[in-house]
Amino acid sequence: MTARSHRLPEGGRIDRSRTLSFLFDGQSYLGHPGDTLASALLANGVRVVGRSFKLHRPRGVFAYGVNEPNALVTLGTGVDGEANVRATMIELRQGLVAHSQNRWPSLAFDVMGVNDWFKSAFAAGFYYKTFMGPAKKSWMTYEPWIRRAAGLGRSGTGSDSRRYGRRNITTDVLVVGGGPAGLAAACAAGRMGVRVLLVEQQPELGGSLLEDREGSAAASFVDMMEQELAGLDTVRVLKRTTVFGAYDHGVFGLVERPSPEAAPAAGERFIVVRSRAAVVATGALERHVPFGDNDRPGIMLASAARTYLNRYGVLCGRRVVVFTTNDHAYPAALDLAAAGATVSIIDPRPGPGPAMKAAVERAGVGLLSGHVVAEARGRAGVQSVLVAGYDAARGGTQPVWFELPADLVCVSGGYDPQVHLTSQLGGKAVWSDAAASFCSARQVGDAWASGAVTGVMSTTEVIADGLAQGRAAAIAAGGRGDPGGLRVSADLAASESPAAMMPLWDVPPPPSFRRRRKRFIDLQNDVSQSDVALAAREGYVSVEHMKRYTTLGMGTDQGKVANVVGLANLAAVTERAIADVGTTTYRPPYTPISVGALAGLETGQHSTPLRRTSLDLLHEAAGAVFVDAGHWRRPWYYPLKGETIDEAYRREALAVRTTVGMVDVSTLGKIDVQGPDTATFLDRIYVNAMSTLKVGRVRYGVMLRDDGLVLDDGTVARLGDAHFLVTTTTAEAGKVMSHLEGLLATVWPDLKVHVASVTDQWAAIAVAGPRALALLQDAAGARAAWLSDLPHMGLADGVIDGLPVRAHRVSFSGERAYELFVPSGYAAALWRRLAGSGGRHGLTLYGTEAMATLRIEKGHVAGNEIDGRMTLGDLGLAGLAKPGRHFIGSALMRREALMAPERPALVGLVPIDRGQRVRQGAILQPAGGPHEGHGLGHVSSTTFSPILGHYIALGFVAGGSARMGGQVDACSPVHGETVRCEVVSPKFYDPTGARLHA
Amino acid sequence: MKRYSGISVLREALRGNAGWTRAWRDPDPKPHYDVIVVGSGHGLATAYYLAKEHGIRNVAVLEKGWLGGGNIGRNTTIIRSNYMIDGNTRFYELSLKLWEGLSHDLNFNAMVSHRGIINLAHNQAQVNALVRRGNIMRLNGIDAEIIDREEVRRRAPVLDFSSEARFPIVGGLWQGRAGTVRHDAVAWGFARAASALGVDIVQNCEVVGFLKDDAGRIVGVETTRGPIRAGKVALAVAGHSGHLAAKAGLTLPIETHILQAFVSEPLKPLLDCVVTYGAGHFYISQTDKGGMLFGGDLDGFNSYGQRGALSVAEDVATMGKALMPSLSRVRIVRQWAGVMDMSMDGSPIICKGPLDGLYLNCGWCYGGFKATPASGYTFAWTIARDEPHEVSARFTLDRFRRGEAIDEKGAGPTPGLH
Amino acid sequence: MRIHCPHCGTRDHTEFSYGGDATVTRPPLEDGDIDRWHAAVFLRPNPKGIHREYWHHALGCRSWLIVERDTLTHRISATRLAGSDEGAGS
Repeated sequence: MTARSHRLPEGGRIDRSRTLSFLFDGQSYLGHPGDTLASALLANGVRVVGRSFKLHRPRGVFAYGVNEPNALVTLGTGVDGEANVRATMIELRQGLVAHSQNRWPSLAFDVMGVNDWFKSAFAAGFYYKTFMGPAKKSWMTYEPWIRRAAGLGRSGTGSDSRRYGRRNITTDVLVVGGGPAGLAAACAAGRMGVRVLLVEQQPELGGSLLEDREGSAAASFVDMMEQELAGLDTVRVLKRTTVFGAYDHGVFGLVERPSPEAAPAAGERFIVVRSRAAVVATGALERHVPFGDNDRPGIMLASAARTYLNRYGVLCGRRVVVFTTNDHAYPAALDLAAAGATVSIIDPRPGPGPAMKAAVERAGVGLLSGHVVAEARGRAGVQSVLVAGYDAARGGTQPVWFELPADLVCVSGGYDPQVHLTSQLGGKAVWSDAAASFCSARQVGDAWASGAVTGVMSTTEVIADGLAQGRAAAIAAGGRGDPGGLRVSADLAASESPAAMMPLWDVPPPPSFRRRRKRFIDLQNDVSQSDVALAAREGYVSVEHMKRYTTLGMGTDQGKVANVVGLANLAAVTERAIADVGTTTYRPPYTPISVGALAGLETGQHSTPLRRTSLDLLHEAAGAVFVDAGHWRRPWYYPLKGETIDEAYRREALAVRTTVGMVDVSTLGKIDVQGPDTATFLDRIYVNAMSTLKVGRVRYGVMLRDDGLVLDDGTVARLGDAHFLVTTTTAEAGKVMSHLEGLLATVWPDLKVHVASVTDQWAAIAVAGPRALALLQDAAGARAAWLSDLPHMGLADGVIDGLPVRAHRVSFSGERAYELFVPSGYAAALWRRLAGSGGRHGLTLYGTEAMATLRIEKGHVAGNEIDGRMTLGDLGLAGLAKPGRHFIGSALMRREALMAPERPALVGLVPIDRGQRVRQGAILQPAGGPHEGHGLGHVSSTTFSPILGHYIALGFVAGGSARMGGQVDACSPVHGETVRCEVVSPKFYDPTGARLHA
Repeated sequence: MKRYSGISVLREALRGNAGWTRAWRDPDPKPHYDVIVVGSGHGLATAYYLAKEHGIRNVAVLEKGWLGGGNIGRNTTIIRSNYMIDGNTRFYELSLKLWEGLSHDLNFNAMVSHRGIINLAHNQAQVNALVRRGNIMRLNGIDAEIIDREEVRRRAPVLDFSSEARFPIVGGLWQGRAGTVRHDAVAWGFARAASALGVDIVQNCEVVGFLKDDAGRIVGVETTRGPIRAGKVALAVAGHSGHLAAKAGLTLPIETHILQAFVSEPLKPLLDCVVTYGAGHFYISQTDKGGMLFGGDLDGFNSYGQRGALSVAEDVATMGKALMPSLSRVRIVRQWAGVMDMSMDGSPIICKGPLDGLYLNCGWCYGGFKATPASGYTFAWTIARDEPHEVSARFTLDRFRRGEAIDEKGAGPTPGLH
Repeated sequence: MRIHCPHCGTRDHTEFSYGGDATVTRPPLEDGDIDRWHAAVFLRPNPKGIHREYWHHALGCRSWLIVERDTLTHRISATRLAGSDEGAGS
């Protein structure tokens, strides 16, 4: 301990048997387990802990909990730095490293401190009035400087190595807040036999009761309740956990912070609670009173000074001025005096309640009623205050003043109920004149507010209210019986009989003061009374305007100290009642929550599920390069050693054309459709009839959306009279499945049809090429007749080397091809068997890139073409829909613009100069220009065709086949390329389909 | 109206800022106006351009709550003109051009920041899709570049370029003139400039019905502050279009959905441009104040509740961290939701009618903010001249009936998918 | 939100996918009238208040439900299986 230590020799809830060392701004300090960083810094006499956002004024610790506006630090260093952490919420641990923020080069000397000299120019909203000139885009010159000056901490750019957890808890009654109301509520509900989850954001239960001395009635009550709750097996307690949001239907969001004993790699834990009922016992937080230079280090909330004293054994000053408008700050004065400080109370009221007055006299504490603190002096730390008389009737400060030395100023302007959660649930906070604050609605749905959050301030009343609301919530959650009462010590009750508080929102300077000092309302954002007045003068009189224009309440503390003071000042300058001004809307989170906590374990590769086919490991072993296809990963190509993608896909595609290739098509959507009305159903959802399909045959089909545009294509296989297997594209599988289910459930519940997705149950392997049959015969051995006899568009069940296989003879490549469907568990065996037989047939594995080449050569459309904007006609498929048939989309496909002959329709494109490459995404423009606007259409798919020896493309061009033989320019300005193309048939290769039977 | 400038700021500072006056007047509504514009988002821009471009100054903007309290103050402040489908492309480019001069035009610094936007691509197919979009932009005179992975890294080094990335970054589409604008300032700036031109801005005045004459023509509105008559009534109320139009007897091709947005505590500069991460339905930028401002997908169901579900916050955080691992230790300080007028093709409606005397401006989905100036400009044109402006001509109401959807995503008539 | 599935009990809404307005009257397929289809496919009453809507229990039993929900407060007043009266109530 240094000589400047403010730590008292005894007292507090810290563990003095152990000492922890930590670094703040590179300086080493000591503290104890049980300390927060804030209490440890105060114990070490560190008064300046940060700089404010705009004016860079030196600031000290102001509060002791979540409402801290000033003491924000960066934890860790460099790429691991965690910015803007409230020092009041950091539990001290050995070796902790923290830095102050928003200062350069140092906390003591901050160059940006010059802002304070120009504070009049930096008034609310000044930046909306300047930084505009001289040029149109001058802001781009100012902005980088302003961005650098703004911001608070510097967040590390490295990835976060901490592990964040995720947990779900279902309970009957959630009790938010472990203060007197919450303790009583949890006890009452727990006694009534329902499951209770009690959540407290501090490391210890007790809430405001912990502000009191060890051994006090308050402390004893906490001990008693801890035992009581420990004896109830219905009650679970979560400490260090903040309920940050209340959502619809009993869902709550929580974040649990790791204890200082946890491993350094432990991150926060995100908890979702689903509860039948809730008690919101979030209490009230002290607010301040603006006076001149009320932001000086050494000025803090009275509850904070008392807490640092009683809970952490830190006496923050020896010459103390307590400036209070209410009796609740008096115990702070008494405790500080008892600890050896010289204390003066400045109270604008005629005086406190009689009991308190007597206690003050007994303790030898000076009390000056009818006075206010009008200004603080001491830039780096308060040294004195100027005290003036206060005219309560007129609401003004008297001209006569005197200076009172002080190294600690405790301020209390009353208490603000923490109405956030009930407000989030839709319960409007209501102004109470008695409490001089916005108080929570009593009940919102299945949530009951209890205790100080409703404006009740007496501890005994709060406890009684906790019991009552705990009981109400328990009943709503199915609890029974009588919760009984609690033993409340007479001492707890005896400390109460306060005089009414005086609402005091601003201390204007005595008329005799020469200089006007800033009277800060929002300390973090440097918003003062004059800013609120300016905003009002400029017409920003809605509370939301004032907030946004001045930034009051928009800091990391979200105005927990400032908001109500700000509203009251806005009300005063606009001559309205505070109740009429109202509050801004309360939104989650109650306190800032890290992205890491919300993301939980779903990080990096785990951020989105990855689907692998049952052949994935074999592809990996074969050296496949993968590509994402939705959530799937699919082999893109299988490079030989040293091969580029271009070389690989061309080799693969050529092999299919010349020998045989094999591709994993398991990602195709597969839907099993059964029931007596299946054929009728499929007739309605496909543009082409399926009822005419014979058992054992496969047909290509296209589905439209209701709006008549193409939804998806695929094959329909008839396995039996009332049994079909539908395949979809990989991309649309989920959507089509839901579509079919939806139609059956909502439009045609009378149809006797069942659909089941079997995508994962069946793997699918396509074997394509002139030697496809030979390969399969080889693999199937003696029992290959079922394959040899299979006609084009036929299907059959059979066995290949002992494996049950269903073969569809369909082709996407234009070659003789077989899609082999096999239960997923057999897929690897089949693949190996085929690969084993493949060598002598020239078998080549191919991926999606070669697959695309092959289908483009054949003019088959795929996802690039079926982009959700195409009609059947656009895709060259108009012939599928026979006139007179009715199916989904048959009405709206006939809308006038969808029938227009000038619509871009599918064509083939080849570069006139066969050596040129056509770019996918090129825009088709008239040959020779002008090249502007949206042109005639676009290039949807391109590939180098190894069998043709040049690039080919599919695209859409206005008028479609009418342009056949003409020329267009494929313009790709982003590549700086224009390629003259001939419009040709999209069937580039084997247009008659002869090779299907090769 | 006192002119804003650096000099006026300094001069007033010396006088204790006592000389600043109301940014916009606060009049009681008159019994009759030439034009009533309902809604103080796009409506403010509409009124401003009615007065400035068409000399129609006997105009009222009616706002049910506080000025700018709708989506104009609840968005992620992004401006861009990287649209592909004919009908959208030139409209959003007009908007971007208007943004470029807006602060000067309004004499209100809206902090129009041309910091650029990257639309990321994670595989070749996505690059190809962006190529098409970029080409359309370029052929329409709009700046666009396809950039590779290294260029993305240079512009946004905090993104995940490691092997841990679930969706590797292979490149993107860059529009340098895109960027961000301080959203509240847009509302205030338009209000101040419109007010100075004579427009009455009436807050806390909710439209509860429409006044019709015997012929069925709309001749005014019934409000919480009494009836107000007008030659023309123009609706620009975003997510509230459906139930307001219903009061006039109209059913619109619109569903109202909510979109959440999030802002973090203020940090020193971490990200210099706007990034959209299509694979994760995520987009992010950093405000001038230092907050990381980001959002994701719609909550996914009809809703007028300005709050949003926890599950979406979780998804957004997950994808945010996936894109930018260091975002993990950044803390969200505020979350909010906008009430979105999701149309059936993802594109807006700006038109006269279908009722006589009524003008519609709606269907902005979650793209409304960037459109504000062009929406106001073209809507004012439509109101003043009773004919569509050339760049908004395709934003008709009957395009769905005629099959002329402007479907940027190809998602079809499911509003929640746009 | 939490939605009561008549088969599975009360579950998070994230298990369901939204199916839109359930009050829409679809013309029969045989009806080729474009105006009627236009109204059914594109026009939505979009009420601020009680909304009858479809939800698909996609990550559960895959039933389609009709849910009556307030679009402002999100309060659910009734849930039943689509195509039946089973499971009525909340």
